[in-house]
Amino acid sequence: MTGTIFDIKHFAIHDGQGIRQTIFFKGCPLTCWWCHNPESQSIKPEKFTRVNKLDNKEFLKKVTIGYQVSVEELFKTISGDKIFFEESNGGVTFSGGEPLMQSEFLFEIAQACKQNGIHTCLDTTGFAPEKTIQEIAGVIDCFLFDIKLIDNEFHKKYTGVSVDGILRNLKWLDKNHKNVILRFPVIPGITNTEKNLNDIKAFIATLKNTHHIDLLPFHTISKSKYKRFNKEYKMGDTPALSDDDLLLLKTKFESTGMKVSIGG
Amino acid sequence: MNTRIKNLRTQSLTAINKLSPERAMLVTEFYKSDLAKQVSIPVKRALTFKHILENKKICINEGELIVGERGPAPKETSTYPEVSLHSMQDLEILDTRPKVWFRVDDETKKIYKEEIIPFWKGNSQRDKIFAQLPEEWKSAYEAGIFTEFQEQRAPGHTVAGKKIFQKGMLDLKKDIHESIQTYEKQGGAESKSKIEELKAMDIAADAIVSFAHRYSTELIKLAEIEKDQKRKAELIEMARICYKVPAHAPETFHEMLQHYWFIHLGVITEVNPWDSFNPGRLDQHLFPFYKRETDKGTLSKDKAIELLQSFWIKFNNHPSPPKMGVTALESNTYTDFALINLGGVKEDGSDAVNELTYILFDVIEEMRILQPSSMVQISRKNPDSFVKRAIHITKTGFGQPSFFNTDAIIKELVNQGKDLIDARNGGASGCVETGAFGTESYILTGYFNLNKILEITLHNGTDPRTGKQIGIKTGNPGIFSNINELLEAYKKQLCYFADIKLKGNVIIEKLFAEEMPVPFLSLIIDDCIANGVDYNAGGARYNTSYVQGVGLGSITDCITSIKYNVFDKKKISMDGLLKAMEANFEGYDQLRHDLIYETPKYGNDDDYADMHAVDVFNIFYDAINGKPTYRGGVFRINMLPTTSHVYFGSVMNATPDGRKAFEPLSEGISPFQGADKKGPTAVLKSAARIDHIKTGGTLLNQKFSPSFFKDDQSITKLTHLIRSYFRMDGHHIQFNVVSAATLREAQKHPEKYTDLIVRVAGYSDYFNDLGESLQNEIIRRTEHEEV
Repeated sequence: MTGTIFDIKHFAIHDGQGIRQTIFFKGCPLTCWWCHNPESQSIKPEKFTRVNKLDNKEFLKKVTIGYQVSVEELFKTISGDKIFFEESNGGVTFSGGEPLMQSEFLFEIAQACKQNGIHTCLDTTGFAPEKTIQEIAGVIDCFLFDIKLIDNEFHKKYTGVSVDGILRNLKWLDKNHKNVILRFPVIPGITNTEKNLNDIKAFIATLKNTHHIDLLPFHTISKSKYKRFNKEYKMGDTPALSDDDLLLLKTKFESTGMKVSIGG
Repeated sequence: MNTRIKNLRTQSLTAINKLSPERAMLVTEFYKSDLAKQVSIPVKRALTFKHILENKKICINEGELIVGERGPAPKETSTYPEVSLHSMQDLEILDTRPKVWFRVDDETKKIYKEEIIPFWKGNSQRDKIFAQLPEEWKSAYEAGIFTEFQEQRAPGHTVAGKKIFQKGMLDLKKDIHESIQTYEKQGGAESKSKIEELKAMDIAADAIVSFAHRYSTELIKLAEIEKDQKRKAELIEMARICYKVPAHAPETFHEMLQHYWFIHLGVITEVNPWDSFNPGRLDQHLFPFYKRETDKGTLSKDKAIELLQSFWIKFNNHPSPPKMGVTALESNTYTDFALINLGGVKEDGSDAVNELTYILFDVIEEMRILQPSSMVQISRKNPDSFVKRAIHITKTGFGQPSFFNTDAIIKELVNQGKDLIDARNGGASGCVETGAFGTESYILTGYFNLNKILEITLHNGTDPRTGKQIGIKTGNPGIFSNINELLEAYKKQLCYFADIKLKGNVIIEKLFAEEMPVPFLSLIIDDCIANGVDYNAGGARYNTSYVQGVGLGSITDCITSIKYNVFDKKKISMDGLLKAMEANFEGYDQLRHDLIYETPKYGNDDDYADMHAVDVFNIFYDAINGKPTYRGGVFRINMLPTTSHVYFGSVMNATPDGRKAFEPLSEGISPFQGADKKGPTAVLKSAARIDHIKTGGTLLNQKFSPSFFKDDQSITKLTHLIRSYFRMDGHHIQFNVVSAATLREAQKHPEKYTDLIVRVAGYSDYFNDLGESLQNEIIRRTEHEEV
């Protein structure tokens, strides 16, 4: 069995507990305007031209984003960092893209990790059939679950899909005592509006077992990525968030009794 | 820090580095005397030491609590003409060079020209060494295959053990007399020479006591005229202390610091030992004194801190003795590598971290000075809170403390055949060098250019820079049909040069053993007194001589590149590659790009490259390890560069890894600058591929942008990263935490960044004092890290 991934990050320290290795799956059913990994959206490998600089000269190199990897190969790479996982209570994080788009592959690799004592995290949009998320919950120790917009029309506009199934999945995980950390992308003018914040707070109030939320601030670094990968950038000149704005937001969420961290 | 310490710190930081002729004059004066001609060599050396201490200027700085300067004033630095003689040209260079200068005034130049140079020319150790070394040694040395530490500094790499904190000079004299009696009973020629050595030690012990008494007398004089009653009381107390120590064993915290400081001055006045002498496990030695006094209520925590700060400044007042020739290039720094060890384990193997460890952290953090440098020994038994406290200091970006693996150090020492207790009392000194403190003489003999030897191999024994045949003929590189054949040829060349290096060291060690004994240092290190043998002649319990391998990352990348591009992928022929290297890659841009960007590199947890790090390490190890030294010990290896990777790069043409001619090589066991692309876990795994336990220390530099230290959670993760590396037997890791933008600003406006300290290689230094190429290298590696 093989899957398509586009990157592996070692020493990831913002994707769950401890020192982690993050596997970036390729392909995502969502098309969020602010997406920081535009190269992850299509499940197909994509070609682009990389520019290497050497002594002020530029060298163009055609590279392919995305490659096939077998469960065995990937497991070998993941377990290579086992010593770091053990020392730090860390493990592997599946991110993307949306790993649930390749749910069978995800299940197999996550199962292999779990069987070998490696802690598994899934960084997900939550957009998947109920059955898929319920199955995967058996091999995932911790969900990093995105919560973006509660209003379905806005959700459709800015991410391309309906929010209903996502919230249903989240409620199921919560009800079944799965370890969930919410992740809220703070996007000026889109998710960071008074109405949406109130909606989210109201939604969180309905959850029983979920007590953590990470605020993921919008940043402009990805703008150059859109250019590099020849994709349309929809965020225009939206500025990055200031530290003060974030701290204020942090306090707001803390007042709901949640444990809040900035940047995950 | 209070006003007193602030003032002393400012005095230390702003004092002008100056060459002082005082010691050179006193040594010369004594050597010219009739007495010097009538006595044995050890006794002559002891009397020289005595003559210096009886006649040198006494310096007491305003407000200080610990007294004693090697020179006439802070940063006025002694010279050692009997070891190595500065020429008039050397003095001119020292005075005028843009970095790490020592001002030489006209009076000093005159003294050198008229008195020092005429007397010592041809008679210094350096002159004698060069007269005895064979031609092939000189060819290899001039080509930059290796350097030699003892050509201008005396051997001396060692650290004080617990004995000197428990015994005074009078106690040591008793030991000496017992030893003399034993050898008198034994009789014979050998005993006679031992007795001479012991007599010399006895004179040296008296000399340091009378030196302390001169301080005591001077302090009383100052007390008599002092108007401020508080200071007057201090001066009287200090006079009392200097009368008591180092003659007697110290009993109070203050006495102990002053006691050690006199011993430190003795060691660095006797000769210019290379290098690193320091109190070693300071938190262990000091704790009983601290505990006893704080329990009794005679010492407050604040007073202890003030005393420690005053002590810290004494180290910083003493720059490394001014160098000459190529050594000035390879190790261009004022730093003299005094490395305080904190933490680790006690003799019984239990956690040694104590209350004083944390107080010392506070002192280090607040003082922010180059010397003494500091490190933490981390054992499995030490708590994480200790490691985290240390990282909190590192994150402020001045490179201290560095992190060492106690469990690995103990294994290394035991692997060398040392007693477990001696191993647990050991640590690391200098940059990263493992040693049994108080019982071992572990001398660094010189850096060894692993890469230059590949260059020579690829030219069939010829140095392409000079066209001179300096190696052996191992075949035209075109004949190699696979990487193993090349490695076989490399091994032959390396063994050839290693033999030259080791034979040279035997000659040098013999010269020091016979002509430059160090009776004072011999008092300090066990078992010189019991053996009746000088430290330089093998009197210590353990005697080790190290050769330091340099550029493991670069050599691995070069071999990997040849394997990948020439043999496996057949992208280019060996001749084609050599031609491109000869042209310094002019007109071969695409090839150079591919060598840098499209070839596997060390530091990425990639077996394809890393296996060759192991190959080279083993070849080097086998060529050196276990060979006998003159002093009755053995040669061993460690892997550290100080700054020699810059010098070693400067003597080399372009290399198969895409590096251009004369550029620096990789340092320590770190990957080549920019070659590691998979983050720190991959670097650590690559670096752990070699067997650290077989070495006497390895150096790994890891650069982090400040963002990695931003909160407690990140610091916890760094703690785990260190623990993971140590679980893989990694010996040492250090962090550089400065942004590239800051460094570039500092390069443009050095005047605004006079206090910017960065981690170089096993030590920290002022960024402004580094040569431009080293500055650029540090900027490059920082930039790479930030991407």
